[in-house]
Amino acid sequence: MKEVLARFDTFPKLLAHNAERFGNRKVAMREKEFGIWQEFTWKEYHDHVKYFSLGLVSLGLAPGDKVAIIGDNRPEWVWAEVAAQAAGAVPLGLYQDSTLKEVGYVIDHSDSTFVVAEDQEQVDKILDMKEQLPKVRYIVYTDPRGMRSYKEPFLLDFKEVENFGRELEQREPELYEKKVAASKLEDLALICYTSGTTGFPKGAMLSFRNLLTMAANLMEVDPKGEKDEFVSFLPLAWIGEQMMCLSSALLTGFTVNFPEKPETVQENIREVGPTIMFSPPRIWENMTSTVQVKVMDASRLKRAMYNWAVPVGYEYADTIFRKRTPSFGLLLRHRLAYYLVFRALKDRLGLLRIRTASTGGAALGPDVFKFFNAMGVNLKQIYGQTEISGISCIHREGDINFDSVGKPIPETEVTLSETGEILSRSPSVFLGYYKNPEETEKTLAGGWLHSGDAGYFTEDGHLIVIDRVKDVMHLNDGTRFSPQFIENKLKFSPYIKECVCLGNERDFIASMICIDYPNVGKWAENRRINYTTYTDLAGKPEVVDLIAKEIAKVNETLPATTRIRKFLLLYKELDADDDELTRTRKVRRAFVGDRYKHVIEEMYAGQTAIPIDAVIKYQDGKTSNIKTTLVVKDM
Amino acid sequence: MPLLRIDEIHLSFGGVKAINGFSTGVEKGKIHAIIGPNGAGKTSIFNCISCVYKPQQGAIYFEGSKITGMHPDRIARLGIARTFQNIALFHHMTVLDNLMLGRHLFLKRGFFAGGIYLGPARTEEIENRKAVEDIVDFLEIENIRKKPVGTLAYGLRKRVELARALSLKPKLLLLDEPMAGMNLEEKEDMARFILDINEEWGVTILLIEHDLGVVMDISQRVSVLDFGVKISEGVPAEVAKDPHVIRAYIGEEDDFLRKLEER
Repeated sequence: MKEVLARFDTFPKLLAHNAERFGNRKVAMREKEFGIWQEFTWKEYHDHVKYFSLGLVSLGLAPGDKVAIIGDNRPEWVWAEVAAQAAGAVPLGLYQDSTLKEVGYVIDHSDSTFVVAEDQEQVDKILDMKEQLPKVRYIVYTDPRGMRSYKEPFLLDFKEVENFGRELEQREPELYEKKVAASKLEDLALICYTSGTTGFPKGAMLSFRNLLTMAANLMEVDPKGEKDEFVSFLPLAWIGEQMMCLSSALLTGFTVNFPEKPETVQENIREVGPTIMFSPPRIWENMTSTVQVKVMDASRLKRAMYNWAVPVGYEYADTIFRKRTPSFGLLLRHRLAYYLVFRALKDRLGLLRIRTASTGGAALGPDVFKFFNAMGVNLKQIYGQTEISGISCIHREGDINFDSVGKPIPETEVTLSETGEILSRSPSVFLGYYKNPEETEKTLAGGWLHSGDAGYFTEDGHLIVIDRVKDVMHLNDGTRFSPQFIENKLKFSPYIKECVCLGNERDFIASMICIDYPNVGKWAENRRINYTTYTDLAGKPEVVDLIAKEIAKVNETLPATTRIRKFLLLYKELDADDDELTRTRKVRRAFVGDRYKHVIEEMYAGQTAIPIDAVIKYQDGKTSNIKTTLVVKDM
Repeated sequence: MPLLRIDEIHLSFGGVKAINGFSTGVEKGKIHAIIGPNGAGKTSIFNCISCVYKPQQGAIYFEGSKITGMHPDRIARLGIARTFQNIALFHHMTVLDNLMLGRHLFLKRGFFAGGIYLGPARTEEIENRKAVEDIVDFLEIENIRKKPVGTLAYGLRKRVELARALSLKPKLLLLDEPMAGMNLEEKEDMARFILDINEEWGVTILLIEHDLGVVMDISQRVSVLDFGVKISEGVPAEVAKDPHVIRAYIGEEDDFLRKLEER
């Protein structure tokens, strides 16, 4: 890896190298369209980037300009990014489900002059705010569907721009090659806006050096090769997806597959049978809860087999985690469990060919983690931030501890501050926040990247992340606890989608819970409990009892001082559109605490029923009024 | 010359006069709506156009030639496709199979050639699948492509029904209550699809719909039918103001009884 990197030190150079190395012989990308996996070879990938890049140049894109990209995962997204870099400009990604306000903020803050938007939906967002975005000169769309009536002169079709590029090449051959050769390792490659659990998003500036050294160091401890298959379905604006689809794929030459539609992801994963995977916890959590629910629906024989096999898997996984050799009997049982249950299960989830999978971005509950390892999916924890180009720690092969996030990757130093905050230093640490020197200085104080996470090292050098420093809570009697730790345990239940634990400077821990609508709905149907809406279902006494049982199970595994003593079921799901979650679906604790302040106060004041009169805002801007009563249940 | 011209048609079932001298013209490239209270004869008109019924008097012309009295399968070949109020799909077949079946008109190879899937039969199958996939992409039903129709939610089945009609590559599309029984979001989607089919594919659309909001929003011309008689026709804004229409819809009781007695 290092040798390749020494010669080809930017994305456009690596792309040119791969196009030369593989030509039309190897597939670089696939996208499912019209029911067929459409393939793009490395040569085609290179040509699209080249012409789009020249097209942008012919429209006046200058080095240092910013290009905002918004849309679902499609090849054009990636082409646009590398094309911008080849022209010396700086790309930045936007989350495709962002609201108008968020889109407007990032485009304006980043000084973007070009926007590459996927379709009518995204174009509309920008057109709606065009007046507030005077810096935007052109909007390029990749899907012309529904665009027939748009006559704005600054709206261009992706293919049209590629044609401009072809024309420019006629006039100035070699221009693209010259531009690529001019790109340098130290150039600013990407601005990655972090969703941030507090305040407005911040734009982390990452150079090619940052992105590529991270990928190269990761490859050393978790190698990937040109034969690997990867499915890209998480927002490309997220550093994790950038790390896989761009840094890693360009460096190693593996194939990236784009699903047909967000709704078909699960099906498409199964069709591709990826060998590598990287997803945040919620994907793994969803898979686990799907399995649990489907098992409940299965025939008695299948259920019995599953219930026998899973403990065998756990036992096997535990033995391996403890680095012991499994006994012959256990080996035999595990083989049997594999052929009876796990093989089919892995196949259904599309994980049959997984060689190495990882989870990161937030903490994954140990139970979910164990579940996949029990099944024989080689799942590893990773740890990192956007500010360190994605990753600083990962589990090593055969050295997995399900509480930890593994050990630092090469060239990376991780240490703890006096207060227990995790600090790191590596060539992948970012250049700073765009137009925000105060925050940059704070985050990079003393030459170390301050993560804001509290953690500690085990004796064998594994890093354990407790929680965000500011999220670690104290009860009135001085007991310290991590709400996230308890929440992750709760979320292992298929009936609990999201929860928020409370108790800072209080006498005991209480929890606000969002039920998992489809799973609890199914449960209710099986018991002939009628319900109409989410609010109605969450208010059913039977459902409250169901959740109480789930909490009781979790309480047994917790020390007596940090058990949940009270809980209530919220009348709506936490939603990123209501600012309750970040775009990567982390709970924004401060905001939630503020929004449900009266609920929390009354719960702690000992109320058993809290009347609610709230307004819910839907995505399309409509609002509706909800009147209900929340029942507080004691454990 | 209108694409479809209906000229003074009369249809009765025994003593019941379902259509009583209805005429209209559907212009090429337009969205034309027929509205009216229950039992006004709207679906009967559709059935006359698709030649399921033969009107006792009057005639219907499509692209200038008379189609009344033709066999219903000839109508499909001419380029008229329709959807039904109570979904007409094969519930145990997948969405894809239903759509492929919708294209059987374009399959020229015989039973045996198709059975062994060789040479021209194969090319033909691929061509038709391509056309079907275009529609799947257009109506955004990729995720249910391989699901049996019977397992789908009602709103989606309606969308598949529309896809099935589209797979005939029609020049004129007859939609019988495409939004009935849908929730607001599904209606919005359906309205957008109808507009897209009309504007991007240039398909002329004649639709029956009870949701007046939708009709007024998307159609360029509206005919109002009451007891088999056309009581008004024009652009939506005019029609909405027409006192006859208001009366028919608000349903003045005396008026209603009087009309019944007249029959």
